[in-house]
Amino acid sequence: MSSLASWYQKRAIKIAPYLFIAPNIILFLVFMIIPILFTFYISFHKWTILGKPEFTGLENYVDMFTDKVFWISLWNTVYYTVGTVPLSMALGLAGAILLNRKIPLRALFRGIFFAPVVVSLVATGLIWAWMFNPNYGLFNHMLSSFGIEGVNWLSSSTWAMPAVIITTLWVRIGYCLVIYLAGLQAIPESLYEAAEIDGANGWQKFCYVTLPMLKHTTVFVLVISVIYGFMVFDLVYTMTNGGPGFSTTVIVQYIYQKAFVEGDMGYGSALGTILFLIMMGFTALQLRLGREKA
Amino acid sequence: MKIQETQTQIKEVGVAPFSLPLRKFRQWKTGLIFVVLCISAGIFLIPFIWMLSTALKSPAEAVSNDIHIIPETFVWSNFSNALKAAPFLGYVGNSLIVAFFAVILTVFINCLAGFAFAKYEFKGRNVLFMMVLSTLMIPVQIIMVPNFYILKELEWLNTYSGLIIPRAAEAFGLFLARQYMMNIPNELIEAARIDGASEFKIFTKVVLPNVKPLIAVLIIFTFMWRWNDLIWPLIVVSDKAMYTVQLGLAIVKGEHYINWTILMCLTLLSIIPILIVFLLFQRYFVQGMANSGMKE
Repeated sequence: MSSLASWYQKRAIKIAPYLFIAPNIILFLVFMIIPILFTFYISFHKWTILGKPEFTGLENYVDMFTDKVFWISLWNTVYYTVGTVPLSMALGLAGAILLNRKIPLRALFRGIFFAPVVVSLVATGLIWAWMFNPNYGLFNHMLSSFGIEGVNWLSSSTWAMPAVIITTLWVRIGYCLVIYLAGLQAIPESLYEAAEIDGANGWQKFCYVTLPMLKHTTVFVLVISVIYGFMVFDLVYTMTNGGPGFSTTVIVQYIYQKAFVEGDMGYGSALGTILFLIMMGFTALQLRLGREKA
Repeated sequence: MKIQETQTQIKEVGVAPFSLPLRKFRQWKTGLIFVVLCISAGIFLIPFIWMLSTALKSPAEAVSNDIHIIPETFVWSNFSNALKAAPFLGYVGNSLIVAFFAVILTVFINCLAGFAFAKYEFKGRNVLFMMVLSTLMIPVQIIMVPNFYILKELEWLNTYSGLIIPRAAEAFGLFLARQYMMNIPNELIEAARIDGASEFKIFTKVVLPNVKPLIAVLIIFTFMWRWNDLIWPLIVVSDKAMYTVQLGLAIVKGEHYINWTILMCLTLLSIIPILIVFLLFQRYFVQGMANSGMKE
């Protein structure tokens, strides 16, 4: 190889990686990093997207503290998260344990439980809105066959959120199940054999082998599920649009409402910033819990 | 050796007297679990069955107080009526265009960047990678306001570019690509280099053919996210001609008097593509979720 060619190739090795990452990094900068900084910036301004942002200091944040709907939406988001996360994790784990053995039609079962995960949340919301229809929906019909009188789910400020939570469980159980199943399959069989030799029964094996070995998986599923809970939008948007009243208005929906329906970009950004800080908190928690394990 | 033999003996001796009832117990237990799984799977299928059932009922039967799962008459014309009621095929076309180009772009740029992060030494590599990685947990919901402004300034609102390009750089995709490509032997790349291949040719001729499972996972997930996405189209699109399937469905529900037969027909049509992809590639879905689980 001539020295010129080799010189050229050495240059290429130096330059190529920058060219390779360029499309990705540019998109990240323009549509992710800059928007995050921009959100902080706008949150200190009054802005309707048309004119120039007008600096108002902490006003948006001060307004937030006295804004009843903000607190309602925050409370609804927490309610939704608490209603969905523990149940979907527990049922997902239970399903994973049942499936983690030689059983006929195993792949089919896994596929059925997982199928709701791949269906869009809009479609899910529509199907369940129809399930929950008070007069012609299947849900109340099934309840009545058990002798339970149904309620007017989505038009009741008491029952709309439970209905959204039930819908979410349908989606999230399969997700948790699949992650837990992967976690279970990573546990070495020898641990169970050792426990058996020590005379452990099924319940003891679960408590002293399975659960500790799944700690890492559990932290992961927990954090992802909590973030999912705080980001909920599509389902609420299609099922109730936040109503009746503000009974199912969640924080992302309130951001959308403020910024895009009412055109108050500054306030929407302040809400976004708060949500961002909450997310950072969860991520830090995950890193910390993850480190403890290691 | 001796100890092992003794242990085996102990095990055999210890287990033998109980082996018969134990086996019976195991069979009984497996049977019970099978029944529990069948019931749970049945419950999980109910909403799908209900959707299908409603889509095939006559509109009058769908809103009668006498509820049947199996329709009295199968009304196949519901589907053609549904397609007349809403410009659904246009939405499907938009979603297909968006998903198709998004898949190509996403797979290409994330593999390219993943290759660079995995196989080259360069200044700023770790800092840049950490920057991208730190956005893994930041959902688009938080940054919708500034993105709307940026798209407006770029004049990308109501365009395919606005729907496709901004979300092509996926932290998840990049992360997965880098992980996967770190396993490619350096010798393979060096050999190509000695043969005089350019760096880009190494990527297309050596790297890509060796990461087919990665590409499969990226294609499937990108397609699913784009097909199912609501919030990005909701921000980018206001012109009805540019509606995607999800946006169209969400709006149809809100705008018209709700005809549930038509709505369930459209819902059914909207999930058929993703269910087909899922049935064909279930393994990749499960693997990808288990590896990452980041997005919905």
